[in-house]
Amino acid sequence: MSLKDKLVSSHIVFQDSLDPDSPIYDIRGNAIKTFEAEGFPTKKDEAWKYTSLNSILKKDYNIFPTKKSSLDFKDVERYFINDIDTYNIIFVDGVFNAHLSSTTHDGIDVCTMNSALTKSKYQQVIDVYFNKIAKEESLTSLNTAYARDGAYIYIPKGKVADKPIQIIHFATGSQEAALLQPRNLIVAEENSEVQIIERHQSLSDSPTFTNSVTEVYAAKRAIVDYYKIQNDKLDASLVDTTEIEQHGESIVSVHTFSLGGNITRNNLNYYQKGERIDSILKGVTLIEGKQHVDHNTLVHHIEPNCESHQDYKGIFAESATGVFNGKVVVEKEAQKTNAYQSNNNILIDDKATINSKPQLEIFADDVRCSHGCTIGQLDESALFYLQSRGIAKKEARALLMYAFANTVLSSVKIPQLKQRITKLIAKKIGVSIGFEI
Amino acid sequence: MLTVKNLHAGIEEKDILKGINLEIKAGEVHAIMGPNGSGKSTLSSVIAGKEEYEVTDGDIFLNKESILEMDPEERAHEGVFLSFQYPVEIPGVTVTNFIKTAINQTRKAKGLEDMPASEMLKMIREKSELLEIDRKFLSRSLNVGFSGGEKKRNEIFQMAMLEPKLAILDETDSGLDIDALRIVANGVNKLRSEDNAVLVITHYQRLLDYIVPDVVHVLMDGKIVKTGGKELAHELEEKGYDWLKEEVNV
Repeated sequence: MSLKDKLVSSHIVFQDSLDPDSPIYDIRGNAIKTFEAEGFPTKKDEAWKYTSLNSILKKDYNIFPTKKSSLDFKDVERYFINDIDTYNIIFVDGVFNAHLSSTTHDGIDVCTMNSALTKSKYQQVIDVYFNKIAKEESLTSLNTAYARDGAYIYIPKGKVADKPIQIIHFATGSQEAALLQPRNLIVAEENSEVQIIERHQSLSDSPTFTNSVTEVYAAKRAIVDYYKIQNDKLDASLVDTTEIEQHGESIVSVHTFSLGGNITRNNLNYYQKGERIDSILKGVTLIEGKQHVDHNTLVHHIEPNCESHQDYKGIFAESATGVFNGKVVVEKEAQKTNAYQSNNNILIDDKATINSKPQLEIFADDVRCSHGCTIGQLDESALFYLQSRGIAKKEARALLMYAFANTVLSSVKIPQLKQRITKLIAKKIGVSIGFEI
Repeated sequence: MLTVKNLHAGIEEKDILKGINLEIKAGEVHAIMGPNGSGKSTLSSVIAGKEEYEVTDGDIFLNKESILEMDPEERAHEGVFLSFQYPVEIPGVTVTNFIKTAINQTRKAKGLEDMPASEMLKMIREKSELLEIDRKFLSRSLNVGFSGGEKKRNEIFQMAMLEPKLAILDETDSGLDIDALRIVANGVNKLRSEDNAVLVITHYQRLLDYIVPDVVHVLMDGKIVKTGGKELAHELEEKGYDWLKEEVNV
């Protein structure tokens, strides 16, 4: 039985195990129908032209998080940003782990989707925001159909989350092959602020396929900073879909650091529903071997006087492959839009590949839109400069790669996080020279 | 210190240096002057080991040892320093971190431990005072947004930190106003000793008023066509290069 058939036929059993009075019972039922009709995306879909999921869909996944696996903090401590105080929402094989987590309901809600979907006090928020921005299509619908747990973050009007929130999904490999489908909902009401750090981490060499969907809703003047660390095992694949709706004068930034994994596909979509909105999309991809990272972005400029800033840097070594597909749509009403997009890539080896495709669809006439895409090698004269100062070639190359990625790193607002990512990058490049910032 | 023997070098089949001979002793300052396109910058790049140039004949010796087969970093470890005409910008790496990395990489190559932090700080303080560099400057990204003068001052600061045996200053005076020129020259003069040598490469005589050379060479069409004392620089400043062209027939 194909994975698709298995998912479709298992859904009734899944629904039966849940409360039929759940507010999302029907949503799930409709979603599985959408998935049944559409199936998994294939290379025939324009948006998936350069990313094939075939190799990972062949595995026989366990689709229900069954047994609870326990984890000791000391075994997974290194995956936390633990030199700062944070709220933590931790899942192990798809199941919330209270022991590793630190949630709150004090002024803000930092807890689980499972609570939000089953407790009546959250129903109003769920009714208004759940599955409203997420699209009805293939993988997103599959996630909706099976949506059960994930992070639920609600920041009421005027509140500022007093510390960053870490969401970590661990996969222990206790099941042969795991299909995980986390579902996050983040609602930042007017004048609120929140910072989120998210990570998917496999702890074994068993195959893991994570199909994650996150909806972010930023009301007027809300500020949301979202950081995604993708540095997973070689058998861990991820499709990470983030749908963001912004209202007037809000600022939402998403930084994605793709440093490892099997196949990683990021769908990042912004919808601007108000004026003077700023949308920031940044990413560093640094991969080698046969790893694959695909960034598929959309910024939909719907109203006037808004901005978007995209800056994606990619470094591809050995046979690694990258995709950047950045679409910017400026509607007729969206005059005075400033939309910037840049995608710069360095191919270290001859067999590395990047497919970069900027797409601009502009229907307004008074706008400033720019896009730039470069593919090149490390700058030889810069390399010579560093070598002439006594820095060995390998370290000199590392310094240049670091400098190349720096435009993305420099806008990370949490210093300890910036430090951590800098270290991850230094480690990946294989140098130990001091990169203090 | 430096011996260049019958050096021929070029790029992509184009000959640029056509038989350079040069002998610089410890404690000396030599200047190489010449019109644009005469091969001045090529000579400095070839001595420092830039890979895109191909040496087709001749040899370069540092303290009697050939350095031709060495990588640029190995030459740096042996004591060659090149102050660049156009220093490269490295965003995200501060001046301090860069120089720390350079010094410790050089020490590592010599089998030494990293320089202790306190010693490093003391040295940075001393050398930055010498070049009238303030602290804020040291925490900026290397050369990013630096003015022409700041870039050159930073080059000489690096030279001061690395304490080379042979310092090559490639057009260090270009883009400098008179105050910056004075500071840079003053820095270089203070770093001069009986154990090191300086090669100043310049189009104009201006810098040589401040860094007074023992020997002046004129480079034209890839060859040294005239060698003299410091007065040769003044003569060139007055008369330009054309009279020499006629004299040497190039």
